[in-house]
Amino acid sequence: MADIVLDKVSKKFPDGTIAVRDVDLEIADGEFVILVGPSGCGKSTTLNMIAGLEDISSGELRIGGERVNDKAPRDRDIAMVFQSYALYPNMTVRENMAFPLQLAKLDKKTINQKVEEAAKVLELTPLLDRRPANLSGGQRQRVAMGRAIVRKPKAFLMDEPLSNLDAKLRVQMRTVVSRLQKRLGTTTVYVTHDQTEAMTLGDRVVIMRGGAVQQVGPPQELYDNPHNLFVAGFIGSPSMNFLPAAIEESRLRTALGDVPIGDRIRRELSRADAPRELILGIRPEHFEDAELIDEETRRRGIVFEAPVDIVESMGSDKYVYLTVEGERATAAELEELAADAGAADFTGVGSHLVTRLSAESTVTEGQNRRVWFNLEKIHLFNPADGRNLTLREGRAAGALAD
Amino acid sequence: MSERSERTIEPGADVAADGTDTRTGGRQAVVPAQRANRRKRAPLSENKRAERKLGWLLCAPAALVMVAVTGYPILYSLWLSLQRFDLRFPAEREFVGLDNYVTVLTNDFWWTAFGVTMLITVVTVAVELVLGMGLALVMHRTLVGRGIVRTAALIPYGIVTVVAAFSWRYAWTPGTGYLANLFSDGAPLTERASALAIIMLAEIWKTTPFMALLLMAGLALVPEDLLKAASTDGATAWQRFTKVMLPVMKPAILVALLFRTLDAFRVFDNIYVLTSGANETSSVSMIAYNNLIRGLNLGIGSTMSVLIFIAVAIIAFIFVKLFGTAAPGSDDGEGR
Amino acid sequence: MADTTTRVKLQWGVLNTVVVVFALIPVLWIMSLSFKTPATLTDGKFIPREWTLENYRNIFDTDQFVRALVNSIGIALIATVIAVVLGTMAAYAIARLDFPGKRLLVGVALLIAMFPQVSLVSPLFEIERQLGLFDTWPGLILPYITFALPLAIYTLSAFFKQVPWDLEKAAKMDGATQGQAFRRVIAPLAAPGVFTTAILVFIFCWNDFLFAISLTSTERSRTVPVALSFFTGESQFEDPTGAICAAAVVITVPIILFVLFFQRRIVSGLTSGAVKG
Repeated sequence: MADIVLDKVSKKFPDGTIAVRDVDLEIADGEFVILVGPSGCGKSTTLNMIAGLEDISSGELRIGGERVNDKAPRDRDIAMVFQSYALYPNMTVRENMAFPLQLAKLDKKTINQKVEEAAKVLELTPLLDRRPANLSGGQRQRVAMGRAIVRKPKAFLMDEPLSNLDAKLRVQMRTVVSRLQKRLGTTTVYVTHDQTEAMTLGDRVVIMRGGAVQQVGPPQELYDNPHNLFVAGFIGSPSMNFLPAAIEESRLRTALGDVPIGDRIRRELSRADAPRELILGIRPEHFEDAELIDEETRRRGIVFEAPVDIVESMGSDKYVYLTVEGERATAAELEELAADAGAADFTGVGSHLVTRLSAESTVTEGQNRRVWFNLEKIHLFNPADGRNLTLREGRAAGALAD
Repeated sequence: MSERSERTIEPGADVAADGTDTRTGGRQAVVPAQRANRRKRAPLSENKRAERKLGWLLCAPAALVMVAVTGYPILYSLWLSLQRFDLRFPAEREFVGLDNYVTVLTNDFWWTAFGVTMLITVVTVAVELVLGMGLALVMHRTLVGRGIVRTAALIPYGIVTVVAAFSWRYAWTPGTGYLANLFSDGAPLTERASALAIIMLAEIWKTTPFMALLLMAGLALVPEDLLKAASTDGATAWQRFTKVMLPVMKPAILVALLFRTLDAFRVFDNIYVLTSGANETSSVSMIAYNNLIRGLNLGIGSTMSVLIFIAVAIIAFIFVKLFGTAAPGSDDGEGR
Repeated sequence: MADTTTRVKLQWGVLNTVVVVFALIPVLWIMSLSFKTPATLTDGKFIPREWTLENYRNIFDTDQFVRALVNSIGIALIATVIAVVLGTMAAYAIARLDFPGKRLLVGVALLIAMFPQVSLVSPLFEIERQLGLFDTWPGLILPYITFALPLAIYTLSAFFKQVPWDLEKAAKMDGATQGQAFRRVIAPLAAPGVFTTAILVFIFCWNDFLFAISLTSTERSRTVPVALSFFTGESQFEDPTGAICAAAVVITVPIILFVLFFQRRIVSGLTSGAVKG
């Protein structure tokens, strides 16, 4: 058990590219921290540096208060679970799990006892004498975890451990990982590119982009109060809607109508270097069918009308895709997010809004529908640097705050 | 070839892909030069240094043997080629500059041998490419007895060349052989044209399977779905072969051609057994050997060695530069 | 429908038969000759009319052949073991480690694979005479190792690259040193590749004729392919044909056995390394 501290840790490859830049992170003893970001953001490199599989170019890494920059992985006392599980195919499940203990030169009896114990926790006992080739994906994943927990290391490192499982099993294994971590109370660093995993698993989430940390915090906080456009767009599924907004006196002109702004935002915008165009961000659940809201609620937002493109009924609610006029919002962050989703060059014509309306809504495809959205929950971003202008002391305050 | 082995690394591939991505991600934000300079002097970590040391340690013996047994002798043979050095008259050893080269390059025997070698190389490699492609298709696609075909095809590859050569020799020897009276009543191995044809036949028999195996590796790279797509698009079998398979296989074909060409250029064993180089059927290897071991003329033998080396280098250069043959393992530098 | 599949199968059957016959005829022919009696040796028939083991008995009675067989086996085995050990070490480093000079080593290996062996014959002949290695086992083992090494390195590093990279990382995370990771995790997985490479290298050494005929002069280190070409028949029998054929069959047997039992491996080894010795 130990805390892990990254102090201005950077990774530079021999060809001069910088994969990780000045990452500062303090992971408390027993904490479950998720590193998340699109592929190429440096999350795996960061994990490998903690593991000792990659050299640290500069900065300091401390585990349990001790500097470990130059220590070999074997001397760091940490265990790792790999995306490919990395089970030794020539060894049985039992031998796989016993391997780290044998290397640590424990005696046979202790090894056996520890392996049995770990196998029981992960319900692997009946599989102990099988070889990895004869196991299902989920079973292999559990063996990989078993091999990590068996020697009670200072910390667990997990590199996308669930990404090779099919969707259903992944959800199931997510709870297994979560329960196991809570039970053992071992410091855990978990890398994933799946924002759902990040939201559901960790105590804290670290969002990375281009080798730098964008924001660190508990999942809900990242969701509610994203510091910048990138975080806002990355967290949440379906993701936040972004629309261009032009500043006109005390209003913002958008495709959804004019949005009033409060004093604080106005002050912000009156500065000399303030942008003339902003990006408006609204999460799908902050829309509602205008027919279904009372007068009280209506006053907190704006109603607009738009043609309904597609309705996806999820049972509990409806995803309604609306077509809106005008340009799409553009910013480097948004392009990067689109590229990561693989849709950079395939977005169709015009803008679409994804809204999440109540299941009771009678909306049908093809009609024009009046839809309301909540002004208290919107975000405004500076397209130049992606900063969230609606944050006050780290909390989103909507557009109206004074 | 190495392309293929790369593709088969399934589990590792994900990690590698992620690693590469990481770099491209980082490339967007290259740090100012002065900051990079400050880190240049950072000492290698214990890990990295250990890795280097182990790498050198593991490679040293192999590298030493290879360099000692080829590097030094090739330089030595350059040196020998500049001397008059006949072991029968050791006293007359002296430095003669390029005289040996003049002697060899103005000698009809050398040029005849060179012509024979080129003829054998071109004909055998061309025939082998066609036959090898056919054999590769048979081995790759056959519905019945795949194991038997592959096993049978490996026998010519594995068998000792001299043994095969004797088999061909006795087959064409009048009186003894079942083939001797096939075309005429003479002795085919004693006439230049027929003797060369038999040498080429023996070469082709021996090395077609190897060519076929290399091509089969290329065939395995052609995705089944691609061929299915082509046939739904209306391509005939021949069009599928020329328009879909051949382009995908091109790197494999070029590598196979490169290796077989260089190999064919060294032809020696078959000629030695079949004709001993009689009736102007010597290859360059054969006359170099004759000058050296039978003639004990180290100077001339070495000159020929150097000339053969240069010829091979030119062939390899042509392949790599003109055809863009990716030498197998040329991407090995990436390592991981 | 059933008709077409039968016909397709028949077509393949015919094609396969052609391939098999093409591949086997010279082998069967020399076997046939080796079983013929001296009287029927020159009858030109493909199948012997009278069968005899006389030829085999004769060659095993002569020192010439037995000595050459011992030389062949000894030299090929020693060269194989050394080449595979050195090749394994180098291939592991090439496939797994990052160190300066790696590209150079791969390049040198490639050059040697394409090297005209006859170019080495003259200098080696002279150097070995000076060092006293001429006409000795080491005198042949050294060039064999050299020319087998590129083959071994390419084949092995291709095999090593197929070993999942994560496993070594995992072993390191489990507390293994680089050496332990190699011995306990990589080596067992790479063993089939090493074995395959050993077969290929052995075939290469077993087959060599050029070095063997140039760098030996007596029975002391002459290998079978060379001894074959020196069979004259002066000793016990006039015509050496029967003896040559019997000896040829004897040295073909190991090759046939390898091919029969390890066909799959040889094919995968040859196609992964893509280098002929």
